[in-house]
Amino acid sequence: MSRTTAPLARRPTALRLPGLETLAAWLLAIVWIFPLLYAVWAAFHPPAFMVRFDLFAPLTLDNFANAWAQAPFARYYLNTFLLVTGVVLAQFVVCTLAGFAFARFPIPGKDFLFMLVLIQLFVFPEVLIVENYRIASTLGLVDTITGIGLPYVASAFGIFLLRQTFKTIPRELEDAARIEGCGWMAILLKVYVPLAKPTYLAYGLVSISHHWNNFLWPLVVTNSVESRPLTVGLGVFSAPETGVNWATVSAATLLSIAPLLIAFLLFQRQFVQSFLRSGIR
Amino acid sequence: MDRMNARVRMQLYGALLLLPAAVLLATFAYLPTIATLINSLFLPGFRGAPTEFVGLENYRLLVEDSTFWRVARNNLIYALGTIPTSIALALAMALFVNARLPGRGFVRMAYFTPTILPMIAAANIWMFFYAPQIGLFNKLLGALGLSGVNWLGDPSVALTSVIVMTVWKEAGFFMIFYLAALQGMPPELREAADLEGTSRWSFFWRVTFPLLMPTTLFVLINALINAVRVVDHLFILTKGGPNNATNLLLYYVYENAFSFFDRTYAATITVVILLVLAIVATVKFSILDRRTHYQ
Repeated sequence: MSRTTAPLARRPTALRLPGLETLAAWLLAIVWIFPLLYAVWAAFHPPAFMVRFDLFAPLTLDNFANAWAQAPFARYYLNTFLLVTGVVLAQFVVCTLAGFAFARFPIPGKDFLFMLVLIQLFVFPEVLIVENYRIASTLGLVDTITGIGLPYVASAFGIFLLRQTFKTIPRELEDAARIEGCGWMAILLKVYVPLAKPTYLAYGLVSISHHWNNFLWPLVVTNSVESRPLTVGLGVFSAPETGVNWATVSAATLLSIAPLLIAFLLFQRQFVQSFLRSGIR
Repeated sequence: MDRMNARVRMQLYGALLLLPAAVLLATFAYLPTIATLINSLFLPGFRGAPTEFVGLENYRLLVEDSTFWRVARNNLIYALGTIPTSIALALAMALFVNARLPGRGFVRMAYFTPTILPMIAAANIWMFFYAPQIGLFNKLLGALGLSGVNWLGDPSVALTSVIVMTVWKEAGFFMIFYLAALQGMPPELREAADLEGTSRWSFFWRVTFPLLMPTTLFVLINALINAVRVVDHLFILTKGGPNNATNLLLYYVYENAFSFFDRTYAATITVVILLVLAIVATVKFSILDRRTHYQ
């Protein structure tokens, strides 16, 4: 086995794979990407070619046009967009304040309170659908985008991440800002928040993908086109009993995943890094 | 005196900063948890309002409910079917991608992509494979002259079909944690092992695998949580059928609450889920985090 060069470099010694393992790795990769490729195939070809793989099958955009015409996808897009932006912004505000409090303020019983917050890492809104539905209806939030998002705003994960980040920021910076006459809010906004940018990016990406993809709670709490996000719209549209043509379902599926999928393909590294950081759950 | 005041002011300020999060957590996490526990002690009245206190009656019903046991058993099989397989696959994927491999970028992307799809979209795509007449799997079997399988309609196969789809969706997500751990391993270990002439197989089992144990535990916890929390795909693939063969606990909660309108029984099943999650949380906080202090 050959040793790699540069023993000082902290890169892992990449092992040379024997041919068999390369083959296995590639086979697995093809199996793994195949379902998605198949969905693309089905979406861009006439329904007759669903299970006929003909390289010269005519390409078409009809399926997309049909999907777009048969369900209000434009509205679903808007709803998902509003939901995701709203949730992420609200999470940033609420979790920043709480994370800052946990990191820097002498609150009595702080450790106990923090453990209480961490419980939410295990008890999520979708497990409590029954009671959360009742609470949402008491608050008049059923069938609103706020109702979908609000239970997720005080995210234990966000509070945890920001608290950890704020704790690593040297107090000297804070003191310097105070000498310049900054109050607590100014210190938070001018010192802590800018230095925590990578954390916001990571948390934001994880949160965006989570809420773009979330289904069960939005399904429970919405009941009209005006508030349904894409996932629920897609679920209603493609439920097998509706008898919608498969090529159309395929196109609709691609329509709903396209923005996130494209974002992922463009910013793979950032996405993977962000998911890694989420590794505290 | 002044200093006292400053400290009290700090405490007040801190409490105010916590207030929005505290209110929201109370409303959507603590209150509903407590309400669930309380509701499980009642029988539903008219229009589902909890009226009659019955103590543990719902739990007695639960124990006698053969559907509940079926669903609980399904969920156990589902966990046992998805977790070890996806962990093993994730580890294999990470080892593949961590080694020098032609087209590594593509391979890594192929493994990871299912992770960012919504479960509902993944289920739609797999529906094309599983559907009885026109599904791809049966077409392929037909081309080979074999008779098709009713992948989602046959009670003895359906749960396995659901498990296979879940593994496909999850493995890539767990891979990235293994990959990060592998990349953090000191290369000296491998070099030393090479000098000693250790075989790759025994290097993996005696060095790599034990060193990856914290990652494995972490992934295990995540997989356990997902096994009780994610039921989105059932809405498309099987709706819990045929005859509850693929029903899982959370889906059964949904059915009871929003199809049968029996909210207190749904609360009782939710308590079971909360119990499972409490056990997972205890394991995580007591065993996994014993060394890592949240400081």
